[in-house]
Amino acid sequence: MRQRVVFLIFGTLTSLALLACGGKKDEDALMEEETAKTSTSAAAPAAPAAASAAAPAAAPATGGATVTGKVAFDGTAPTEPAIKMDADAYCKSQHATPVYEQEVVVNPNKTLQWVLVYVKEGVNGSYPAPTAAVELNQQGCQYHPHVFGIQTGQPLKVVNSDGTLHNIHALPKKNAEFNIGQPFKGMETVKKFDNPETGLRFKCDVHKWMGAYCGVFNHPFFAVTNDQGAFEIKNLPPGNYVIEAWHEKYGTQTQNVTITGSEAKTVDFSFKG
Amino acid sequence: MRLPHAARALRAALLFSAAALAPASAFAWPEWMRLPEQASTYAPEIDNMFHLIMWITGVIFVIVELLLVFFLWKYRHREGRVATYTHGNNRLEVIWTILPALICVMLALLSRRIWEQIKEKMPHDAVEVHVTGEQFAWNFRYPGPDGKFETADDILTLNQLHFPVGKPVIVTLTSKDVIHSFFLPEFRVKQDAVPGMKTRIWFQGNRVGQWEIACAELCGLGHFRMKGFVTVDTPADYEKWLADQAAQQAADAPKAAEAPAPPAAAPVAAPGKTEAEKGGSS
Amino acid sequence: MSTVAVPREAPHHAGVHAAPTSFIRKYVFSLDHKVIGKQYLFYALFMLVIGGLLATLVRYQLAWPGRPLPFMGKIAPDGMPGGVMLPEYYNSLFTMHATIMIFFAIMPILIGAFGNFVVPIQIGARDMAFPKLNMMSFWVAVPAAVVIIWSFFVTGGAAAGGWTSYAPLSAIQPRGQTLWLISLLILGLSSLLTAVNFLTTIINMRAPGMTFFRMPLTTWALFITALLLLLALPVLSAALIMLLFDRTLGTTFFLPAGLIVSGQPWTNAGGGQVLLWQHLFWFFGHPEVYIMILPAMGITSEILPVFARKPIFGYRAMAYSMCGIAGLGFIVWGHHMFQSGMNPILGTTFMISTMVIAVPSAIKTFNWLGTLWGGDIHFATPMLHALTFVAMFVIGGLSGVFMASTPVDIFIHDTYFIVGHIHYVLFGGSLFGAFAGLYFWYPKMFGRLMNERWGRIHWFLTFVTFNLVFFPMHFLGMRGMPRRIYDYTQYKHLHGLQGMNQMMTISLFVLGASQLILVLNFFLSMRRGAVAGPNPWHANTLEWQTASPPPHENFTGRIPTVYRGPYEYSVPGHGADFLPQNEPGGPAPARAHA
Repeated sequence: MRQRVVFLIFGTLTSLALLACGGKKDEDALMEEETAKTSTSAAAPAAPAAASAAAPAAAPATGGATVTGKVAFDGTAPTEPAIKMDADAYCKSQHATPVYEQEVVVNPNKTLQWVLVYVKEGVNGSYPAPTAAVELNQQGCQYHPHVFGIQTGQPLKVVNSDGTLHNIHALPKKNAEFNIGQPFKGMETVKKFDNPETGLRFKCDVHKWMGAYCGVFNHPFFAVTNDQGAFEIKNLPPGNYVIEAWHEKYGTQTQNVTITGSEAKTVDFSFKG
Repeated sequence: MRLPHAARALRAALLFSAAALAPASAFAWPEWMRLPEQASTYAPEIDNMFHLIMWITGVIFVIVELLLVFFLWKYRHREGRVATYTHGNNRLEVIWTILPALICVMLALLSRRIWEQIKEKMPHDAVEVHVTGEQFAWNFRYPGPDGKFETADDILTLNQLHFPVGKPVIVTLTSKDVIHSFFLPEFRVKQDAVPGMKTRIWFQGNRVGQWEIACAELCGLGHFRMKGFVTVDTPADYEKWLADQAAQQAADAPKAAEAPAPPAAAPVAAPGKTEAEKGGSS
Repeated sequence: MSTVAVPREAPHHAGVHAAPTSFIRKYVFSLDHKVIGKQYLFYALFMLVIGGLLATLVRYQLAWPGRPLPFMGKIAPDGMPGGVMLPEYYNSLFTMHATIMIFFAIMPILIGAFGNFVVPIQIGARDMAFPKLNMMSFWVAVPAAVVIIWSFFVTGGAAAGGWTSYAPLSAIQPRGQTLWLISLLILGLSSLLTAVNFLTTIINMRAPGMTFFRMPLTTWALFITALLLLLALPVLSAALIMLLFDRTLGTTFFLPAGLIVSGQPWTNAGGGQVLLWQHLFWFFGHPEVYIMILPAMGITSEILPVFARKPIFGYRAMAYSMCGIAGLGFIVWGHHMFQSGMNPILGTTFMISTMVIAVPSAIKTFNWLGTLWGGDIHFATPMLHALTFVAMFVIGGLSGVFMASTPVDIFIHDTYFIVGHIHYVLFGGSLFGAFAGLYFWYPKMFGRLMNERWGRIHWFLTFVTFNLVFFPMHFLGMRGMPRRIYDYTQYKHLHGLQGMNQMMTISLFVLGASQLILVLNFFLSMRRGAVAGPNPWHANTLEWQTASPPPHENFTGRIPTVYRGPYEYSVPGHGADFLPQNEPGGPAPARAHA
């Protein structure tokens, strides 16, 4: 009777509390399927793959065409401000000469570095994620590389090569946000992204000049321009594609390309300063 | 008329004795039992108050604990001992109500005076700096040559605070994200930087040197690493540093070049070098 | 309901319920205040262990920053990958340590366990006024504990904004903070129900002759504590709900316009006031400090007369000073906010009220000394802990004067000086008070005495290591070491403090290990301890005038009638050196003092 009512209220309260939190848990599951695995240095001898060459290695994509090209820069290169490395004595000690921001890096041959070029539309079939990790290195209080591509499900290994605290703060729009502190030299954190997105930004809140960008793709057809402004996308199977070039300041440009066999195609872009 | 006189004399005597005892004890005590170096003009006043309270509470502490131990020893149970039957003593109650009250009120009055000087009154003719905390860095903004804040020629630094010795500094604190606390241990300065609020504090360096700024209010995972540097310069060095910063900034941002160039343009960070470093792209 | 407030003339009808027969109704969903008290005791001791383990991890990091603890890498792979503690995990650890100790250990053991068990018997009642409400209080506290422990396992980890959870940090933290808010809301409900129950019980259900000024001081303390809970907790609950709304429903109570978090504008911001959280939190938070210390003061005031065989010195002064603390406790909250950006003139106001609130505490200390003076002092374990309470509370109280002084607070605010102060009050004070109460009432709870020798060893080790852990914190604070700091070694002005930190941490290991003695003593004595009998300490209060453990409804036969105050020890002309409250006749009745 009355006691039963009390028990009832009780049960309801408890289950309500559990529900309130249970809801959260579901949200967790939805948003953050990423299996965050973190380990310290000694483990994981994975080959440190340079970003531009990271993806294709383990992908089943062989044969096909090779798309190469250059990203030209048209105009006067803006002056990048010097980074205030004196904000952290350790950072300052790592650089004898001034270091500049990397937002717009114009190569001597008037091309643009750090442009991410990728197939935007037209990829069919699935490409399993490579097991080799993409490495994002924090060294001298800068990210290396500054821009990179990664496949969905491919491990991203964030390494701290500095004897100071970095926090790796990912600000994705379609993936789970994370913010992890790496207080000691040699610490590593391994993360994965599940959903494709471009312009995924990483930043370090301790050294606010530190920024890196990444594109997440469900295929291995992407590359980043080097210090010659060149890129190379390999093993693209026949088909009609939309190729997009993305730059953190100048936005995107697209071009259509048709692949018929194992030819070599050239796709050039040009950004106006 | 006699009372304020007596009160002033008492205050002077108390603070003097604390001041006299503090250095005397500083020689005897190891470093870890001492307060840090006194780098601001009001640090000694705060420390004197600290030492005064330490002496007063120390004496009370010793008396109370000694009495406790003495009673425990003297009135310990022995064969045949009978406890005194008493419910208390009103006179004693009154005494030990009024005595602590007097001590506390006296301490409050002494403290109020120092507090008023430090936090309520702002000095004139001071160096003005705006400080904005963010996760996890300190942004400093100097007004630049035009003497006004939020203009193109403002000098911005990250984690680097400089000011001249012997001149008061007024810091206007705020925060971009969460609460931080601007803590200069050697200057006995601490004030929260609160988002949505501007808080003004002042201090004055009494010696040239370099120290660190800590964040004293938990602000997230990088809280422990939210470290800044404070440099107290001679007036000449300070002017030079300001000029260097202005020159550096002008070199970085050519668009801001219409702003009046700083006097005696600094030799470092010439634009040519900038280009060289970047591979001469333009 | 049969448990509405009843006229005082017939207290023996109140709270009456049939003796339960099934296991579940007897030991799980029990209505009996004695069982509920024991449930709270186990609950609190369990959470005490968890809170202590968290503290051990915190101190490990402070002693050896960044040194791996490989086994922790397996237990908490996200927070301590490879055993190396991450800063965000460190923040979670101290946040949860404080939250668990304050809300889930100290409060339940003092109020839930001793309050529940002792108060009804001490005032001569058969149970609490609302037994079902009482049961509900406990069973609401259980999910709160589940939620708070669970929060360690959600993405982003447990709350990491400090136990004070200052907005806006707490508004932008990962979702462990939401669970923290929910947990404390649930627990707040539990405490509120308890407070209502205590007040009703103490006001309405005292035995015949048990006037307010014949109540034992433990009951007095819990009466005042319940009053504080009733008045302060709703303010916390309101603040928690506001913060919960800020986090989940898009309100902006604590979020001012223009917040930029990690370089990006915070979408849910505008119009809020950051300091509002601190005002609300500390309006609750300062009474909360007294909520945690008053019951321990009551227990100490209970134990000193018993083992000094002497009436408490200044009974009325003790009661009035508690009332004074309760009143003043509501106008001192601003002393937590001297450096917060609050108007400095207000700072002066709060400094004066804070200095004044030191006076009642001083009165109590001197009265305890007065109680010992001329006594016939027996050093049983409850007494050792109660005396330690007095000695340590003096340190905690005096160190409070430093931070009450506004200019001195500029330097020591948010440093380890504060951490030292709070631990002298909460560990040296509340927890030693709780230990004293545990040793004192254990025979009443379980019918057997705890082992005296091991009790003394436990006391000695705890007393010594406690001071080794917490006294040096004052020195760390004087050197300017901020609290809540993951790695202090990278500050120049804190160089050279690692040795002291290591000494403190090693002492903490010993302190923690010594508690195993208590745990063993606690459990083994239930079976093997000497049978206590009704009144092993020869005490006067009513709980000692019934069997150990007391029967269902506490007293066989009629409710006792009270003839005198609770501390009539060594009355001249009386044969025994104690004179129970319910013993008729005897020498002249106690003269009411003052």
